[in-house]
Amino acid sequence: MRQSHLKIRHLEEYIVKVLMVLSLAVVVACAAFILFTILYKGLPALNWAMITQTSSGGYYLGQQGGILNAILGSIYLAGGGTLLALIPGIPLALFLHTDHHDSAWVKLVQLSLDTLTGIPSIVYGAFGFTIMVALRLRASLLAGIITLAFLELPILTRAINEVIRMVPEELEHASLGLGATVLETKIQVVVRQILPGLITAVQLAFGRAIGDAASVLFTAGYTDRIPVSLFQPVASLPLAVFYQMNTPFPAVQQRAYASALLLTLIVLVISLGSRLLSARLSRFIIK
Amino acid sequence: MLTGLPVILVLALFLTLLVRSWPLLSTKPLSQLLSNQAWLPAEGQFNFLPFISGTLWVTITALIIAVPPCLLVIIYLSEYAHRSIREMMKPVLDLLAAIPSVVYGVWGVLVVVPFVLQLSLLTHKYLGFIPILSSNNPTGYSILAGSIVLAIMIGPFIIAMGFEVLRAVPDGYRQASLSVGATRWETIKFVLLPKTVSGIIAAIVMGAARALGETMAVLMVVGNVAHLPASIFDPAYPLPALIANNFGEMLSIPLYDSALMTAAFILFILVLIFNIFASLMLRRIIQRVAV
Repeated sequence: MRQSHLKIRHLEEYIVKVLMVLSLAVVVACAAFILFTILYKGLPALNWAMITQTSSGGYYLGQQGGILNAILGSIYLAGGGTLLALIPGIPLALFLHTDHHDSAWVKLVQLSLDTLTGIPSIVYGAFGFTIMVALRLRASLLAGIITLAFLELPILTRAINEVIRMVPEELEHASLGLGATVLETKIQVVVRQILPGLITAVQLAFGRAIGDAASVLFTAGYTDRIPVSLFQPVASLPLAVFYQMNTPFPAVQQRAYASALLLTLIVLVISLGSRLLSARLSRFIIK
Repeated sequence: MLTGLPVILVLALFLTLLVRSWPLLSTKPLSQLLSNQAWLPAEGQFNFLPFISGTLWVTITALIIAVPPCLLVIIYLSEYAHRSIREMMKPVLDLLAAIPSVVYGVWGVLVVVPFVLQLSLLTHKYLGFIPILSSNNPTGYSILAGSIVLAIMIGPFIIAMGFEVLRAVPDGYRQASLSVGATRWETIKFVLLPKTVSGIIAAIVMGAARALGETMAVLMVVGNVAHLPASIFDPAYPLPALIANNFGEMLSIPLYDSALMTAAFILFILVLIFNIFASLMLRRIIQRVAV
């Protein structure tokens, strides 16, 4: 009686464990399947012209050209957005760190940041569009950068805040105790301590921005040229994928697959690169 | 001033969207705008029921697909998996979270839409008597296609957050339960899950909030037909897709831009409610559990 009861209990555990391993396998399979599809469809269509030439007038009808304008455009947009978001993001994270943890105000700021993180990029797009119109701008690199900065600010701030939390107070005390000034401590001890995490934070925000289409859809415009001023419209890689997918020409759709592959590669390379760099710099961290 | 930036930004979003929606909101009571079906921009009819129902259909179906395997993965990673498996899964989940939305869309068009088309033909033949599984004139571009893509996109977020919640339970609880003779699974079922249920719900709600607002990937596979869907193989037209598809052409028709801003406003309010609820819940549980 007891024996069989125990058997049933173990059987139940066994069944659940099998289901768990299966679920895990499904997750891994999804990731592999997506990567495989993008590689399989994208690689044959990829060529040098795509990444070294800009689009010409007939490009979206299947004629010669490439999407250099969109690649550079995306890097400008995401780079500009990240820089702009860092300006308020770093002091904001520092403020959230310093000693008034439990005040109602800090809690409200935290909750607002949580809320901002969850707001869909299409809503930021509509908001950015309204601001753009209010500032009498037209769809341009600047308007796109401003919109992306809104999108990135909460991601950056929260990630940097996490990093700063990792700096033990004793470390600062030790540095001060040895006779270093506050400024020397911040620059030579604290910054060195948070640098690897800071790189990860920047990479997170940049990666989110470079892959986002909905926020730049109405604010950055689209053009075949590479912008030379902040007030010119700019193409972006996600939108290039989207527009090429929507054409009725199979040859252009092929290029959409190749562009999707490029976008994925850029995101992955940045993520991998920042990880390596951050691991290298982590050697100087005191844990 | 600077520290208030996030608070100001939330207020600015709210006020901007409200002011820009006002021209439409002031013409009719909100209850009518939300409960009527007609979407006829040329005749000045802007009602949101088809889009709200499209959003809910896609989101709920995505949750039904995503939640059970996500829960199992959370429990496995937190309670059973060897450290090496955990380390191995981290890059996989990071990868899924890092893939841009539009790439998911391309994958959806290439893989999920044809799959759903075949599936719909099969289910229509054998299970067509069940209303939500029947399909007339199937193309594959459907609620189910959007939900499958969404489920894969929100999965990593639900897993990451749920994992945090389970990990926040101190080991003492596990040891106490195991030492009175419970199996590991019984420990999970009777100790860990009841203790963390509100946190796990919060993780799911946050996943749902992401699904509500996801634009490009869903837009590319969901069909975008403004009607009330009746089956998971019907096309739908979620709110984000409505905004993204029509923003460019809106200036010539009166109230059209205001209607799209209203759509953004509805989306903003929905996501706001979901997120505030979830983050308050998460904060509380992490503080309460981690003694």
